[in-house]
Amino acid sequence: MAKILAVDDSASMRQMVAFTLKSAGHEVTEAVDGKNALDIAKKQSFNLVITDVNMPNMDGLTLTKELRGLANFKFTPILILTTEAGGDKKVQGKAAGATGWLVKPFNPEQLLSTIKRVLG
Amino acid sequence: MSIDLSQFKQTFIEESLEGLDIMESTLLNLDVGEADLEAINTIFRAAHSIKGGSGTFGFNDIASFTHVLETLLDQTRAGERDVTAPAIELLLASVDCLREMINALQDEGATYDEEQVASVQEKLEIMLNGDKESNTESPAAAGSTAASEKNPTTTSGWLIKFAPHPDMLRTGNDPVLMFRELEGLGSLAVDVDTKVLPGFENLLAEDAYLSWEIRLTADVAKDQVEEIFSWVDDECELEITALAPAGDTAEDEVVVEPEPQPVNTDVKATPEKKAAPAATKKVAKKRSTSTEATSIRVGTDKVDALINLVGELVITQSMLSQLGEEFDMGKIEKLRNGLAQLERNTREMQENVLRIRMLPISFSFNRFPRLVHDLTQKMGKKVDLKMSGEQTELDKTVMEKIGDPLVHLVRNALDHGIESPEERIAAGKDPVGTLLLNAYHKGGNIIIEISDDGAGINKQRVLDKAVQSGIINSPDDISDDAQVFDLIFAAGFSTADVVSDVSGRGVGMDVVKKNIKALGGAIEITSQEGKGSTFSIRLPLTLAILDGQLVRVGEEVYIIPLISIVESLQIDKKSVNRLAGCSEVYRLRDDYISIIRLYSLFGAKPDSVDLEKGLLVVVEGDGQKVGLFVDDLLGQQQVVIKSLESNFKQVDGVSGATILGDGTVALIMDIGGLIDLSNTLQRDSSDGAVA
Amino acid sequence: MAQLPEEHFMDTAQRLDSDSIIANGSGHEQYLTFMLAGEEYGVDILRVQEIKGWDSATRIPNTPDYVQGVINLRGTIVPIIDLRMRFNLEKLEYGPTTVVVVLKVESENKHRTMGIVVDGVSDVYSISADELKSAPEFGDDVNAEFVKGLATIDEKMVIILNIDKLLNSRELNVLDSAANER
Repeated sequence: MAKILAVDDSASMRQMVAFTLKSAGHEVTEAVDGKNALDIAKKQSFNLVITDVNMPNMDGLTLTKELRGLANFKFTPILILTTEAGGDKKVQGKAAGATGWLVKPFNPEQLLSTIKRVLG
Repeated sequence: MSIDLSQFKQTFIEESLEGLDIMESTLLNLDVGEADLEAINTIFRAAHSIKGGSGTFGFNDIASFTHVLETLLDQTRAGERDVTAPAIELLLASVDCLREMINALQDEGATYDEEQVASVQEKLEIMLNGDKESNTESPAAAGSTAASEKNPTTTSGWLIKFAPHPDMLRTGNDPVLMFRELEGLGSLAVDVDTKVLPGFENLLAEDAYLSWEIRLTADVAKDQVEEIFSWVDDECELEITALAPAGDTAEDEVVVEPEPQPVNTDVKATPEKKAAPAATKKVAKKRSTSTEATSIRVGTDKVDALINLVGELVITQSMLSQLGEEFDMGKIEKLRNGLAQLERNTREMQENVLRIRMLPISFSFNRFPRLVHDLTQKMGKKVDLKMSGEQTELDKTVMEKIGDPLVHLVRNALDHGIESPEERIAAGKDPVGTLLLNAYHKGGNIIIEISDDGAGINKQRVLDKAVQSGIINSPDDISDDAQVFDLIFAAGFSTADVVSDVSGRGVGMDVVKKNIKALGGAIEITSQEGKGSTFSIRLPLTLAILDGQLVRVGEEVYIIPLISIVESLQIDKKSVNRLAGCSEVYRLRDDYISIIRLYSLFGAKPDSVDLEKGLLVVVEGDGQKVGLFVDDLLGQQQVVIKSLESNFKQVDGVSGATILGDGTVALIMDIGGLIDLSNTLQRDSSDGAVA
Repeated sequence: MAQLPEEHFMDTAQRLDSDSIIANGSGHEQYLTFMLAGEEYGVDILRVQEIKGWDSATRIPNTPDYVQGVINLRGTIVPIIDLRMRFNLEKLEYGPTTVVVVLKVESENKHRTMGIVVDGVSDVYSISADELKSAPEFGDDVNAEFVKGLATIDEKMVIILNIDKLLNSRELNVLDSAANER
């Protein structure tokens, strides 16, 4: 049971991620873009952040960088959601401080097994 | 656990349609040859989201279509591809395809034009591969499968030398969790190496100092082991070697070193870090999809305003109830103030509740860039569409109903207003015409103007046509310009070569006018030959409320919309004439107007049938003035319009009903319908008399 | 019971035999019955929204005389049909027992709320489908197509009405089609 911040500008993806995580017993906070997520993160800590990359206002890579600058997010696992075409995004994501990635499209089972890697 | 993905379908459909709208409008604003990075990013992001969602939710046809589109856009975004006119056209066609595919998801069993989609997809692929060979690699294949062919070897296990770089922990990766995962593959023997661990005084708590040698005994492929370290492979020294001599070649000693090719990737040689999306403001664009979307999205500011008002109302209420408990005549002034406050609260509340139904007219305007783009392409004209006042708000229902008339007027302006570039040059004008859509509030109305700088309306031709179609007998019947232009709206005005019925839609300008009138609005034309025309539509902001005049006929109360009342007067018998047949007319200054006795039309029992004992309310509807004979005028008030049709049916001469202060129902007159009804009855009775 | 939301109905229900309301075996449907010129008529109880006393209605011009008018039912405009007049029965002055039964009427594409004026509410019966006998030919007064069937309860005959047919027929369709011609 972990506190998870799910960030995606696509409502359907966000709902899917949130629903899956909640079904697995986690507590999920949703954010619609990087800026929204950062505002939330400034007020509370999470055990895990899952973020999309391509978003308006603030993309997932900038968000990751910004989060790593916050004291309470220094070691928090951050997973980025990329597409198979976005290999360079993985590199950029790592450079920004992401823990790992999850390749879209993914199904709920893949999501849960991936977060197990960072939550134990 | 299994999760039913279909529950997210509706959200996916809605957001995708929104995304397509954004793509379309952004594409239309894209200038050829100029790579507006922000705009391209916006388009890319929309396509990207649709792809991600469709792949996840199992809409594979959409996913594969968007995949090609996305790759194309990604290259454009990276500056590897120019924005050309054919590219924009193709992208617009893709938007259409996607829209059709997504709409088809809406209904079970619905289909889309697969041929069309295949042909557009093929064109996209040709564009993708044809003029740019460097990127023929199919990313789908490059993805997850890339690693698997690398190492088919099986062994009894693996020796893993794992030395994290000092900063590995800062990416949130935890060696312990990785070991736990390795443990899932088989049995582990771990040796820790602490030789780089500094003395306590030099220890940085956030750095990683330990390294490990792990013996994994398991019959697994190498890439399964690599996968566990895939997130950290550039943040550690990692060596994975086969443990037991399973009779394999030296190839096994592949060492994954730092500076690696990330294991599964299709890294391109085009670093484009600066192309990372700049902050673009997302167009807050919502759209009620298709026909009867019954939900409405409301800005939180509007809801907050309402909550504040409710708060005020509660305060007023508690103040009044306290006053009531200990009331004496000395507090009458306080009571008055309290009631005045209550009235103000109620009015503000009403206004704010109505505002919830109000949407900016941009919802309606947004379809025009595409329409103008497509039509001008087809007609070979050049038109610059300008829009202003898009944020002007009006009622959702009014907006839905004004859409078609607006489309008609815009088509009209393009077809017959604005000339071809050649004609414009010959007339000494800019070859590019201008079409302006403008909206603003004026009084309790919204004004929507459609102006063009085209040829204007040729009055002589309108007059000739009107005579030819038998609408007027001779051009001398018409005195001023406004009357000439009004002829365009006459039913039966042949629109052949003056104002045409565009594209065989079979809808004439009379229908446009009728629709606007049905909304309680009006349309006016101003035009100057050679300079252009302006069609100006006036509409009420809402259909939910109207200012009404209460009138009494016997014991019955009716409501006449204040907007249709010209004047009310006492009847002077000397001015009443009876025409052949049985209709009565009243001489009002220079005009003769028919008298409609409301009691007889509606079968009510009046106080008196003597015209001098009652009042004549002169009203105007459908361009015709008539006098309604009633017993008395009561007050004027704003009334909330309720539908009669929802539980009953349409009633001639009645547009709806309202609930008065005492809780009773009063009917609201539809003046146009009333006049029709009266004419019909008159005709029937005179027909009867003849027979 | 849960489907009957209106408090007015609760009052009525309490007066009625409560056993017969609760009993609802398979295949049994419940009907609210009311009196009209000495005859007992029944309507599907799930369609009854509420029962209220008669109050004046606002007349609608140029409608058949059995359309009494419209009333304000908590903010919605609801038409009221006088069932006696509809069946060409003798007109009865409205008195204290005269009630309006507010019904949900379904037509092809929507549902409407309409009220019928009856002499008084009678009872609630549970009637199984096989207890419903098809109706013999009626006169013109009660058109057979409005009758879903006849049931015999305690030696009495109850005429079960098909309210969708009854209230969608002349009241709405004739005038709707007249409106369409214009």
